[in-house]
Amino acid sequence: MKRNRVIFTIVSIALGFLVGGLILAAVGFNLFDVYSTMFKGVFSRPKYIAWTIIRSVPIILTGLSVAFAFRTGLFNIGAEGQFIIGALVAALLGYFLELPLVIHAIVVLIGAGIAAGLWGSIAGYLRAKFGVHEVISTIMLNWIALYLNNYVVSWEKFRRPQSEASYKILDSASIGILQQWKRTDAGREFLSNSKFLREILSAPVNWGIIIAILCAIMVWYILQKTTLGYELRAVGLNQDASEYGGINVRRSILTSMFISGILAGLAGAIHVLGVTKEVAILSFMEGSGFDGIAVALLGNNTPLGSVLSGLLFGALKYSGPKIQSTMGAPSEVINIMIGSIVFFTSMPSFIKIIASKFKRRRGEVKVD
Amino acid sequence: MYAAPLIFTALGGVASENSGVVNIGLEGMMTIGALIGATVGYYLGNPWIAFLSAGIGGGILALLHAIASITFEADQIVSGIAINFLGSGLSLFLSRIFFEGTTMTKPIDLNHKMPRPFNEIFSNNSFLDLVFNQYITVYLSFLLVLIMWFMLYKTKLGLRIRSVGEHPKAADTLGINVHRIRYFSVILSGILSGFGGAAMSLAVVSNFRPTLISGQGFIALAAMIFGKWKPQGAMLACLLFGAAQGLIVYLGGTGANIPTQILAMVPYILTLIVLTGFVGKSSGPAANGEPYTKHDIG
Repeated sequence: MKRNRVIFTIVSIALGFLVGGLILAAVGFNLFDVYSTMFKGVFSRPKYIAWTIIRSVPIILTGLSVAFAFRTGLFNIGAEGQFIIGALVAALLGYFLELPLVIHAIVVLIGAGIAAGLWGSIAGYLRAKFGVHEVISTIMLNWIALYLNNYVVSWEKFRRPQSEASYKILDSASIGILQQWKRTDAGREFLSNSKFLREILSAPVNWGIIIAILCAIMVWYILQKTTLGYELRAVGLNQDASEYGGINVRRSILTSMFISGILAGLAGAIHVLGVTKEVAILSFMEGSGFDGIAVALLGNNTPLGSVLSGLLFGALKYSGPKIQSTMGAPSEVINIMIGSIVFFTSMPSFIKIIASKFKRRRGEVKVD
Repeated sequence: MYAAPLIFTALGGVASENSGVVNIGLEGMMTIGALIGATVGYYLGNPWIAFLSAGIGGGILALLHAIASITFEADQIVSGIAINFLGSGLSLFLSRIFFEGTTMTKPIDLNHKMPRPFNEIFSNNSFLDLVFNQYITVYLSFLLVLIMWFMLYKTKLGLRIRSVGEHPKAADTLGINVHRIRYFSVILSGILSGFGGAAMSLAVVSNFRPTLISGQGFIALAAMIFGKWKPQGAMLACLLFGAAQGLIVYLGGTGANIPTQILAMVPYILTLIVLTGFVGKSSGPAANGEPYTKHDIG
């Protein structure tokens, strides 16, 4: 069964690429050129690989967030809002707090995670206490988070003059790797001798991927090895039975949304501390939360699956703009491809039927 | 005026979910409808053809959702999410092809927008004028609520849709073709969402841009759940939402010293409060989200 699942996923990905290619071919692009541009755009230089990983981190984490909630029977559409809150709190703490190196970053991450966790808990509380469907409450909370972000960024002590963004966070809160060092004289001199390192460090390399992998391991541990995880999964499988079995369903829902929120909030915080160093006024949802839903679904709601599919989508999203800039092919084909991949994963029976047709043609029909 | 696109789309949700198919893809269907409406409107100059094409576009996207979730028993939430990616991806992709590489379509000539049936009947800026001088899509959406209500609760077809959503097996035993009814409902849902998108791009504004729909499909989805899966309930929820948005414009205009960002939160906070206090637990059709397989009965 497990092996089948992996095969289905791979076939879905292949079919997704095929659909994307056919659409591009239909409007007159050579799909081999497109795919080779994308492939080169991700793998041809160390810098590109570094960027791909950096871009993947937030969606791995929002993917984990959505997957975690899913396993406990909740559909967290609110990863987007939790991401915004995490990013906002990270920027605030990163700018206003003055703490020593390392400690500052850790404090910021914890603060942002907790804030986003609490934001997620609002939906959990409304569900547990009033029976408000979490799909509605998280959609509303996404918008409230967006406007809250804009309100706080417009605050005169926080907003960088003549800009649509906040002040940059202090260097002590950065989670970049060797970001300061590469600007020192010694760093410059060293890097001029090492092309490889220079390339990689030209991207904002940061600890994000390590944090994301640690989070994935934590999620796996919580779900599979602890009593809490057992209870949460039980609630996800059958709420009534769990209630009867003595599990406090309301508390489980609250806990689950809290943890889910922390994960999405960390995604936002890492994005701020590692890449943007600031938060800006948002006019629309940027979509990390929605990408997270796709990542979680493709990854079958498992931590490992989320990491792998997060990397895949990160690569797709990073290489998309490149086909636009180098060959003028619409980069939106990436969303079509992601959509197709998710679409095919939603129907394993379709792939089963196709596979059995193929087998029949080759005369190897197996009766099972 | 703000409510009309939401009402169309929320009615789409009502159609699909009453037959037992969860439709999270409303957002994608709405987006493609908005693009097609704006594109056809720009090139042909006829808002009605544009409006209908938008419906067809939404319907085609819904057909994909139907094939996946009805014939191939897909997870309906997963398929719906896929539809959202496809809808937004395809819209921007097509926009780049039809409009020289930009993701924003060219504005439609003002004379080719949706008509306002009561324009210039009442004196300018009088109360009646402000209330009734709306685009025809507003009136159409209310009419559709009525039609939808009538169809669901007063006709045989509506009874079938609801029975398929509540208890597909029983419906099947009675000789109702579960799959056919569900296909009908899901495609109808796409057509209505397409109308919703076009109501946005042909009336509220006059072109398509990437952020035009941003989240309205989800708000329509919320409105449908809020309205307890009933057409009239969904309409009230959409109106509440539209009213709150209107309130922002009003309060912003009075010069009351409230930051606009805080005002912008009001509709969403209001929705949450109303949900906790006034609506209480609501549950959808019993078989919502479950694929139905016909096993050989006899």
